[in-house]
Amino acid sequence: MATLPDAVAVDRPLPGRPPRWGWRVVAAKEFGDGILSVRLFILILVLGLPAILAIHSTAAFVGNNAQSLTGVPGLFVAMFAHQDPNSQVPSFVEMVALLGPLLGIAFGFDAINGERSDRTLPRLIAQPIHRDAVIIGKFVSGLALMGLVLGSVTLLASGIAFVSLGVTVGPDEVARLAAWFVVAVAYLGFWLAFAMLCSVVVRRAATSALAAIALWIVLTLFAALLVGIVANFLSPVPATATTDQQIANAELSAQLQRVSPGTLYAEASQYLLDPTVQSVDIATLVAQESNSRAFPTSVLGLDQSLLLAWPQVVALIALSVGCFGLAYVSFMRQEVRA
Amino acid sequence: MARKRARVGRAGTSGDAGKDVAIQTHRLTKAYGELVAVDNLNLTVRAGEVFGLLGPNGAGKTTTILMLLGLSEPTSGRAEVVGFDPTREPLEVKRRVGYLPDDVGFYGGLSGRQNLRYTAALNGIGRTAADERIGELLEQVGLAKSADRPVEEYSRGMRQRLGLADALVKDPSIVILDEPTASIDPAGVTDVLGIIEGLARDHGVTVLLSSHLLHQVHQICDRVAIFNRGRILAQGKMADLAESLAGDQLELEVGLDGPADQVEAALRSVTGVVKVSRDPHDAHLWRVTGPQSIRNHIASDLAARGMGVRQLRRVGDELDEIYLRYFERDEGGRGNAA
Repeated sequence: MATLPDAVAVDRPLPGRPPRWGWRVVAAKEFGDGILSVRLFILILVLGLPAILAIHSTAAFVGNNAQSLTGVPGLFVAMFAHQDPNSQVPSFVEMVALLGPLLGIAFGFDAINGERSDRTLPRLIAQPIHRDAVIIGKFVSGLALMGLVLGSVTLLASGIAFVSLGVTVGPDEVARLAAWFVVAVAYLGFWLAFAMLCSVVVRRAATSALAAIALWIVLTLFAALLVGIVANFLSPVPATATTDQQIANAELSAQLQRVSPGTLYAEASQYLLDPTVQSVDIATLVAQESNSRAFPTSVLGLDQSLLLAWPQVVALIALSVGCFGLAYVSFMRQEVRA
Repeated sequence: MARKRARVGRAGTSGDAGKDVAIQTHRLTKAYGELVAVDNLNLTVRAGEVFGLLGPNGAGKTTTILMLLGLSEPTSGRAEVVGFDPTREPLEVKRRVGYLPDDVGFYGGLSGRQNLRYTAALNGIGRTAADERIGELLEQVGLAKSADRPVEEYSRGMRQRLGLADALVKDPSIVILDEPTASIDPAGVTDVLGIIEGLARDHGVTVLLSSHLLHQVHQICDRVAIFNRGRILAQGKMADLAESLAGDQLELEVGLDGPADQVEAALRSVTGVVKVSRDPHDAHLWRVTGPQSIRNHIASDLAARGMGVRQLRRVGDELDEIYLRYFERDEGGRGNAA
């Protein structure tokens, strides 16, 4: 054998530069997987059918009461926020509040533990990307996929609303719907982040899904009950309670409910989709009710509605980011072989 | 040729981080609480050689590999891979090192080719260059025909070969293979070993492989380190290890027919024999220990007594015995210390 002095180089030229934003590569791959998945198709149906039922029910009500409703400001967006008062079918916004968490859970519950059980995680993080690229990429692609599902369902619902109203819709209303869409995605983002947190902490995908679903059910079904008990304990309402005491109790429970992302989303949606809503605060509403003359119904601009909704929007985004932060930190601290 | 050079390189004093050192560790230690998985490991792998890290399951091989890749942080000590510290510059290391994890996994829904494309993208290799390289690699590992079938239809051996191709996508200077032959059938083992050998010989790639199956990998290893409980028991060429273990004592396995007491007396009478014992499983097999010279005496002395030797074998020659004796020695050392 002839000697080849330089055949063995310790280092050799590299075929590529590692991507500067590794999460984009991860997100692109995850999005590509997701867009063709059965999962996406099922979710479009699960969210789409009830949401269309909701908008259809409201549209029918508007159609039947066309005369009395003519001239109501922001009727188009109000159709998303309000249900037919004579029907059991919740509004479009409520449907999203109820079923939205399912989207987040479906796209997040197996994000990390799925890579573990497929044994692809060691191979993935042995590539020249930072470790956080994996979790960021998956979160971003999850948001994009949820945005896609929610966006297509919202557009379809808008179409139905258009047809039943038969009037043109102003740019203000389109902007309101767009703002609502951003808030709704933030709400779904909370659930995505929470499901991803479960997928980091819990080894088995099935258990992780169960944990996420448990929180969903607790917050949806029992939150009001629990909040009521806590509020009655902290701010009791005796049989001889004054109006002030009752209001204090109601305000406390409203504050406590705002711990739930669902409440924040619902309140922000009311502000954004109904230009006549000026407050969701109990005391103000009570006062408004008793001196309706002192508070003539006025129509707010989008900027004013946004200002009103701002605390809820910020709190909602903070919850989502905080939850994602937890998932991020616990993922970064985990051993590869854990 | 590459291997030739590696052997020449070994003449240099150990510890000089010369140009031809691919991997070097200095007192590398990883402890999980009380458990010390890797204990003050000093290891040098030269460029272009095939280095085997041999030891039973749980010896600390995978932990060592993860530290070399920067996927796990050492508790103390340091490592240098292609001139980079994996803890400080993991991306530079991961650009240059291909990794085949133990029990490698792929995205089952994607084809073999798509899985490799993802790896190429994570390494920042452009689409056309990547497709060309992936095509060549799939050809090289014999998967060209199945490249576009989903990986979930692949057999274990096919996955392992795909894993090798995956580790090579980035055109690495070093490949680290964790248990490359475990859990595949004998034909698959031959294929995989052939590919690995070709890498070092034809492409000048440095190979570090770990295995608990000594007899499978010893033919392709230039040097090995025998590893148990986080420590290296012996390091060097296979033949040298066998030699050093035996020392001046030789143990022979002798097959002899005849009454046990007569045979034993005859064996004891052989010039130089110090110990005779009967094989616990086979009544006609005896173990004889003595200096190297007994090999020459045994047949002639027995023939003089009219006894025909049916079988004569040096015990230390069997690889697995070398291996086991190192571990026995290790156990013994621990026992005395305790």
